[in-house]
Amino acid sequence: MENPEQQEGVKPERKKTPVLRSAVNALLVPALAVLTAIVVGGVVIAAAGGNPFAAYAGLIQGSFGSANAISETTVWATPYIFAGLAVALAFKGGLFNIGAEGQLALGATTAAFVGYALPEWLGVTLPAVIHLPLTVLAGVLAGGLWGAIPGWLKARTGAHEVINTIMMNYIALNIVSFLLNGPMKDPNPINVSARTPAIAEGARFPVLFANYRVHWGFILALLVAVLIWWLLWKTTLGFEIRTAGANPDAARYSGMNVARLTVLSMTFSGMLAGLAGVIEVTALNYRHELGFSTGYGFDAIAIALLGKNHPLGVVLAAILFGAMRNGATRMQFLTQIPVDVISIIQALILLFVAADAIVRYIYRIRAPQERVVLTRGWGG
Amino acid sequence: MEYRRLGFIALIIIVLIGVVVLIGGGQISPAVIIVSMLATTIAVATPLTLGALCGIYCERAGVVNIGIEGMMLAAAFFGWFGAIYMNTILEMSPLPSLIVGVLIAMLTGGLLGLLHAVLSVTYKVDQIIGGTVINILAIGVSGFLNRQLFFESGSVFGGQIPHAPGVLPRLQVPFLVDIPVFGKVFEQQPIAITAIILVVVTHFVLFRTRWGLRTRAVGEHPRAADTVGINVFRMRYANVIIGGLIAGLGGAYFTLESVPSFEPLMTNGRGFIALAAMIFGNWSPFGAWAAALVFGAAQALQINLQFFRELIPPQWAFLQQSYVVGLVPYILTMLILTGIIGRTTPPAADGIAYEK
Repeated sequence: MENPEQQEGVKPERKKTPVLRSAVNALLVPALAVLTAIVVGGVVIAAAGGNPFAAYAGLIQGSFGSANAISETTVWATPYIFAGLAVALAFKGGLFNIGAEGQLALGATTAAFVGYALPEWLGVTLPAVIHLPLTVLAGVLAGGLWGAIPGWLKARTGAHEVINTIMMNYIALNIVSFLLNGPMKDPNPINVSARTPAIAEGARFPVLFANYRVHWGFILALLVAVLIWWLLWKTTLGFEIRTAGANPDAARYSGMNVARLTVLSMTFSGMLAGLAGVIEVTALNYRHELGFSTGYGFDAIAIALLGKNHPLGVVLAAILFGAMRNGATRMQFLTQIPVDVISIIQALILLFVAADAIVRYIYRIRAPQERVVLTRGWGG
Repeated sequence: MEYRRLGFIALIIIVLIGVVVLIGGGQISPAVIIVSMLATTIAVATPLTLGALCGIYCERAGVVNIGIEGMMLAAAFFGWFGAIYMNTILEMSPLPSLIVGVLIAMLTGGLLGLLHAVLSVTYKVDQIIGGTVINILAIGVSGFLNRQLFFESGSVFGGQIPHAPGVLPRLQVPFLVDIPVFGKVFEQQPIAITAIILVVVTHFVLFRTRWGLRTRAVGEHPRAADTVGINVFRMRYANVIIGGLIAGLGGAYFTLESVPSFEPLMTNGRGFIALAAMIFGNWSPFGAWAAALVFGAAQALQINLQFFRELIPPQWAFLQQSYVVGLVPYILTMLILTGIIGRTTPPAADGIAYEK
């Protein structure tokens, strides 16, 4: 099978202008969607009695105003990159994974368990070369399993993954709550919160900088983004996943096993979401703690859509979202505007990205010839 | 609705009630437990029934709506806010405040329905993405306003959380409450009763009126409907907005009928379970109601087991964990979607935007 990208490289001089124009076009609508969302968000802030300019100034100061602010932004962006890639990969395979939240929680819990319990079981202190990969692998597999189940159900019975991944979210959160309040709870007598004991030294990523919280996970996230790009656009499997996503009938008639691709896409997606949780445990917090509705799952959907399901776009969108979440705390401190306003701006971004016709109408931009198919109804 | 499916529903409900009777039967008479379980089942099935009806109106017209969860959450918040505002600021007495609250909740749902229609019918946005936008928007808006309006200084209520005007009163269904022992099942609150009436009304509207025929035509074969002069866009708009109003009523259940308070994310996936009930009920009102009752029974099990915690025998100790019993509705939903209990068929044009 000939690789379509190689064909494009044959005559670069003829492709140059369209590529440049398509790159501008690809970035234009998301950028305008973000701009519009920020303007509308400003109106909401003003309507609620706040000063939007002060709010946004606080937001920028809090997210990029100092070396520490930038470091914190990357800390926020890291799980967003992984989770955004997870949703984007599933979208590429024609599947809507709303379950990143549950896959993440389960990945984190499993990694924490292997991180603190394995040396106790074996009775020896494991070296990092063995313990860290085992911890990461266990968490990634747990996330992958949690993604594979709805994928398998979809392939086998046609049960729609949207409802099943959401149900798996609630099941995962119930299981994790149970574990973190019961069997896996930190036995330290001063501990009152639902959290695991700290993981062993051997299961931790080394510290990157002494004074800043930015960690190896961010660099790993960028590498994984490249890996996903390579997988999707440079391998046969990636080509098959994209084909099954764009047109499952065509994929079926050309001899691809669509059921297998469905399970694989959801498994990979779950593994990426699980990795988001693993990194939080092994590189940042060194334990898993029950967060109050962190909302990674829904944020990841917005990030994947804003990034047009392209790894580079996802990285940029994740940094934007990380910056907003990070800056919001500073904004609330300076202007008393609740951090929740960020959720509204994010929903508006998603709205304008999804309904790009609205953005095109406002800014009088012509529509592209082809429409991208993202998901299908119950029948699919 | 086929007998097999109906029998399955009856079986699950009997098993769920049976578990509680087995555990608590030694202390309280089984009849009392059964009546209490049935009454709770009908009450907690209310948002699921209404959510499923919302889904039926939307999808029978050919618009997939996974934003029911968000519609209910936003409606729960605005209805609650409206009732408190009426009661505290405008000094209206509690019952009228609550009724205004319910109307505001329905209006909220209707407006979100309008947004969904604009996105999916006019702008032809992928309908599942459109629904997700509504869900995320509802989480953001209700979370933000909840904090801004109730907890910040300088907010409407001066930073003091005001007293809620309570919940809607219990009504007694005439004649039926007089049945000995089982009469208590028919002591329900108004939204629960309305939900059951709406099931009957929706069945009549869909299958016995011109409106229903047109709605179904638009959802099955919009091109054919268009050819004979039915305005596809208008029918879809109207049905999605009607669905939104009903979902709004379902949202009102959470803050004006069930508990007199609002918590972020309090709908807890009920909108999605309602969709599963709709699918299991084969997009028919009575079928969806029956399925909603199954989920209601699963939740009633969780609620009623709390009363009998000490009576649970040690070999069933896992039932003491609310996390474990709490899984039942979600696992039931997944089982039902696999189709092991029989497959159902969605309207043919469900989820496909109509291009004229």
